[in-house]
Amino acid sequence: MEALNFEVIKDTLGQLGGMLLYILLGIILLEIFIYVILGKIFKSKYTLPYMLMIAAIFGISLLIIYPISYEIRLAFTNMSLRHFRTYTLSWAQGLKNLKLIFTEPILKNVKFFSLLSRTLLWTGVNVVFHLAGGLGLALLLNRPMRGRGIYRALLVFPWAIPQIIAVLAWKGEFHFEYGFVNIMLRNLGMQPIQWMISPFWNFVAACITNIWLGIPFMMIIILGGLQSIPLEFYDAAEIDGASRWNQFRTITLPLLKPVLTPAIVLGIIWTFNNFNVPYMINANELESTDILVTGLFRAAFEYHRYGFSAAFAMVIFIVLFVIASVYIRMTHGLKEAYE
Amino acid sequence: MKKNNKKNSVLQFFTSRSRTDSPFKRLVIHLVLIICCFIAVYPVLRVVSVSLRPGDRLLSTSLAIIPKDASFFSYYRIIFEKPFLAWLWNSLAITITTAFIGLILASTSAYAFSRWKFPGRIPGLFFLLTTQMIPAAMLVVPIYILAVRFQLINSYRGLALAYSVSSVPFSIWILKGYYDTIPRELEEAAKIDGASQMGTFYRIILPLSTPALAIVFLFNFIMAWNDWIMARIMLQRENMFTWPLGIWTLAGQFRVEWGAFTAASILVAVPVMILFLYSSKWLISGLTLGSVKG
Repeated sequence: MEALNFEVIKDTLGQLGGMLLYILLGIILLEIFIYVILGKIFKSKYTLPYMLMIAAIFGISLLIIYPISYEIRLAFTNMSLRHFRTYTLSWAQGLKNLKLIFTEPILKNVKFFSLLSRTLLWTGVNVVFHLAGGLGLALLLNRPMRGRGIYRALLVFPWAIPQIIAVLAWKGEFHFEYGFVNIMLRNLGMQPIQWMISPFWNFVAACITNIWLGIPFMMIIILGGLQSIPLEFYDAAEIDGASRWNQFRTITLPLLKPVLTPAIVLGIIWTFNNFNVPYMINANELESTDILVTGLFRAAFEYHRYGFSAAFAMVIFIVLFVIASVYIRMTHGLKEAYE
Repeated sequence: MKKNNKKNSVLQFFTSRSRTDSPFKRLVIHLVLIICCFIAVYPVLRVVSVSLRPGDRLLSTSLAIIPKDASFFSYYRIIFEKPFLAWLWNSLAITITTAFIGLILASTSAYAFSRWKFPGRIPGLFFLLTTQMIPAAMLVVPIYILAVRFQLINSYRGLALAYSVSSVPFSIWILKGYYDTIPRELEEAAKIDGASQMGTFYRIILPLSTPALAIVFLFNFIMAWNDWIMARIMLQRENMFTWPLGIWTLAGQFRVEWGAFTAASILVAVPVMILFLYSSKWLISGLTLGSVKG
């Protein structure tokens, strides 16, 4: 037992306990502050809700808003490992960063627009397969039959296993000699595939992994939606002589929409932002499986171009925001959620 | 047709309880489902299989699930020769602490969002939703530099702080959705009986929301438990690693230790998967709680 000893346990507990104490103290101070300012001086009728929220507001400001604003500032600098403390901050530098993003390679070879198109391809392929697979399996499962519970439990395995483990295991299984994918291909009499050497197949490997990981979520969500559709609708349609396909098109799909829309929005955002799969499956020197977010991480932490990465992060966020708002506008997906 | 002819149970497996499908169609459906289950489960079984291989035959082209001379050598190695238990302990301590902090922050704020129309409410909700779109990779760049500046690298404080807040926006949405479904009459009745606003929150709202609170706790827990990227930039000493980092170094770019990696994976994944399968119905209802208004 190399490492888990009394010292380690004490150290962890000490650090976390100290942190908790500070947090508690900070919250008490904040509450008193808000109480005095809003309650006593402004006599606001919203003193209590703001007192309820102040801890979260402070935490979110400190750990989300402040870092993001700092990142915006970073985007106008040339900070890197060499200029960690001696960076220059100027508008010109920001423009230069922006120009670098669109003209120079982000990593060694790969440029912005090929990263962008690869990300769109990656998102599209994955979300389409997740939806198709999830819808297909949910339709198959949504009928009275034997063994349904067992099928369901087995089918959610990819979702239940921690993602990091699944991805690293898949990476091992794409090994040319000893991975089961190639062993099976050989047993079937086919040519084994160079998953880690061919740029195309490396990308396919990442897609396979992510599709395998993502189908169960869609399946469960859609199954929940299917089960809330009353069977009487189908009985009525049957009496009217509607075919199975027409029933699916006119009853199932429209009634699934409230479930599908948020699931698709989430699916797009999660796939676009998926880091673990493309980063871990990646045979790094190829740069063929990098999407925007892994490119960002590697530009920052392997090439240590912090200022440049910060500017790049802004561009990525704008791209994502545009995609998401176009989709939400198109489907009015979140209308009800606001009241 | 339910239980009276149990004798031809094989036939019945495919024929019973279905209203309109023909037997052939049912057979096809079961076949498709069995194949899909195999695809879903086989990679996981492979991990089990590799973890049971004896140390000198970790790399093999055999497809057998239980290897011929199965041994627990890899499990012995990961527990006694690697800092695996320290990784688990670090993860557990950090995750539980942060899940609780996140829960406390979210449960009170969600109450404010649910019951008061204070100025800034709608923009606030929209902002919380927007934060869900921020890629982790984007947040990690400034947090790393700030952590270097404030000397929080290689300490649990920075990591735990980052975890406690990162799932608060999502938790607020879920809890707000749940609080909205609790009738206000209950609170008004309590107020007539002389309870203060905070008293009704503690004595009525919180107890009624236990299922939603449990879901949020579980979400926070899973989020921090499985995180790799934040831990990667904050922790650099192997003894301080959380388990995702530790497992990554075993299977990472530089030296691949299959036996240790698979054994560690099984030890981590089995409890997580049991917990997950056990609570999956709950988790799913939690995902829709926030979006469906009661």
